[in-house]
Amino acid sequence: MDKKIKVLVAKPGLDGHDRGAKVVSRALRDAGMEVIYTGIRQTPEQIVATAVQEDVDSIGLSCLSGAHNKLFPKVVDLLKEKGAEDVLVFGGGIIPDEDIPGLKEAGIAEIFLPGTSTEDTIAFIKNNVTQA
Amino acid sequence: MDDLVAGLLAGKVRPLAKAITVVENDRPGKRELLKKIYPQTGNAYLLGITGPPGAGKSTLTDKVIVKLRQQGKTVGVIAVDPSSPFSGGAILGDRIRMQQHALDDGVFIRSMATRSHLGGLSKSAVDVIHLMDAAGKDVIIIETVGVGQDEVDIVRIAKTTVVVMVPGLGDSVQIAKAGVMEIADVFAVNKADRDGSDKLISELRAMLDMVKNKEKPEIFRTIAVDDTGIDELVQGIYAHGDRVLETGLLRKKIVEIAESELRAYLLDTIMERSTNMASYEDVVKRVADKKITPMDGVDEIFIGLGLQKQN
Ligand code: B12
Ligand SMILES: Nc1nc2c(ncn2[C@@H]2O[C@H](COP(=O)(O)OP(=O)(O)O)[C@@H](O)[C@H]2O)c(=O)[nH]1
Ligand SMILES: [Mg+2]
Repeated sequence: MDKKIKVLVAKPGLDGHDRGAKVVSRALRDAGMEVIYTGIRQTPEQIVATAVQEDVDSIGLSCLSGAHNKLFPKVVDLLKEKGAEDVLVFGGGIIPDEDIPGLKEAGIAEIFLPGTSTEDTIAFIKNNVTQA
Repeated sequence: MDDLVAGLLAGKVRPLAKAITVVENDRPGKRELLKKIYPQTGNAYLLGITGPPGAGKSTLTDKVIVKLRQQGKTVGVIAVDPSSPFSGGAILGDRIRMQQHALDDGVFIRSMATRSHLGGLSKSAVDVIHLMDAAGKDVIIIETVGVGQDEVDIVRIAKTTVVVMVPGLGDSVQIAKAGVMEIADVFAVNKADRDGSDKLISELRAMLDMVKNKEKPEIFRTIAVDDTGIDELVQGIYAHGDRVLETGLLRKKIVEIAESELRAYLLDTIMERSTNMASYEDVVKRVADKKITPMDGVDEIFIGLGLQKQN
């Protein structure tokens, strides 16, 4: 029957810039996905606990404060710890190009910078989620 | 499947989360799963929280969870938000208000979109309640926007339903007329920090005076954002719970729910078995061609299923 894609959109750390996360959330909803939005100031622990309870297919992290190199990989590590490594993790925000290879190596599947169309994000999610 | 059931019954988080997905998406194995956990259900206190969007339901739920945890109770929450009628997607934002409990193993929160299939939400929400119940949650809170028959149906299965209202919405009395009066066991007039809560309470009282044959719900004044009135509200909820137990109303409710669940499975089962029969299509065709009546068709199908035909 219904095979809705569930995405958790989360803002780790102290960053309060939430416009981008909201724009992305709405775009995913309009593409037919179910988006759980948990607001600003989430710890990686909270994000992962939420992802497990909600049994999401995917997590989209948003960070504009510059703390992405610490916070994004931490989310991936905690997912592994919980046995939920099948969850697709991607992110966006103000992220310097030179940080992207490192993030990908750490298990962040893709990074979306300002100016990329939300259509790209939607296509990426649809092509990459594994629905158990 | 056995691992899932064992983990769930042991109160583990991930098996419960996975089991809810099986139920919500109607995956194969759903019946088997539910069959195995049913014997372990029936212990949780089901609490409905409903009211217009923005009334403070999620904030109130968050504060009620705090009180329940202080009493040592474990809590399950089903937070329902509407699906977009255009895309079928949804933004589920109730958790924003409840994230202080994200790391508490005694609290399990699950967001659910209404999705649009007929009767689907109430049916899968009831099944999700069963799963949380079997997983040992002492209290299960169901937050829904109080509109639509489907959502009212969910709330109907609660032991106690709290209707949240706020001053200044103008249409609060309208809402009160549209069926909410019948389902409310307790009222919370939230955002009492704002003007107009006295007026709303007196309007509510006047409305309640006109409703006969029903116990008058207590009205509580709350300010969810700063935790005012929540202790009283929780006491009022339990007091209602005690009353429905004493008066036999709870038993009546339980029998009603059992009947509607049984009916749903009965219909499903008969339909499934019938449509699986090789001759089903042929019966449909003959009814369409007016060769036989629909009643004859039912008799044929029943005989095919090894059942007696109707009189
Ligand atoms: C608006 C804004 C604010 C507003 C925020 C309002 C709000 N509620 O969001 C206010 C005024 C509050 C603010 C405050 C601050 N800001 Co400011 N702010 C901006 C500004 C001008 C625009 C950001 C924005 O909203 N863009 C519009 C949205 C739609 O775009 P976006 O967020 O980038 O999102 C897009 C993509 O990045 C991507 N994306 C983003 N998240 C995600 C997530 C996923 C999953 C995906 C797929 C994609 C994705 O998709 C989106 C759509 O295309 C930027 C500069 C800039 N040009 O980016 C600075 C900027 C982000 N701010 C900055 C700073 C320093 C601050 C302050 C610390 C300033 C101060 N000293 O007080 C504070 C911190 C506030 C806080 N608590 O965190 C710096 C950050 C520097 C850094 N990273 O090193 C920036 C880059 C300005 C600069 N050039 O210095 N800010
Ligand atoms: N002033 C005031 N605001 C409140 C109160 N309770 C909740 N709110 C705010 O009302 C908004 C909606 O609350 P929410 O719990 O999400 O409402 P819901 O849609 O009914 O679940 C939020 O901004 C809350 O902070 C209250 O008692 N007083
Ligand atoms: Mg809410």
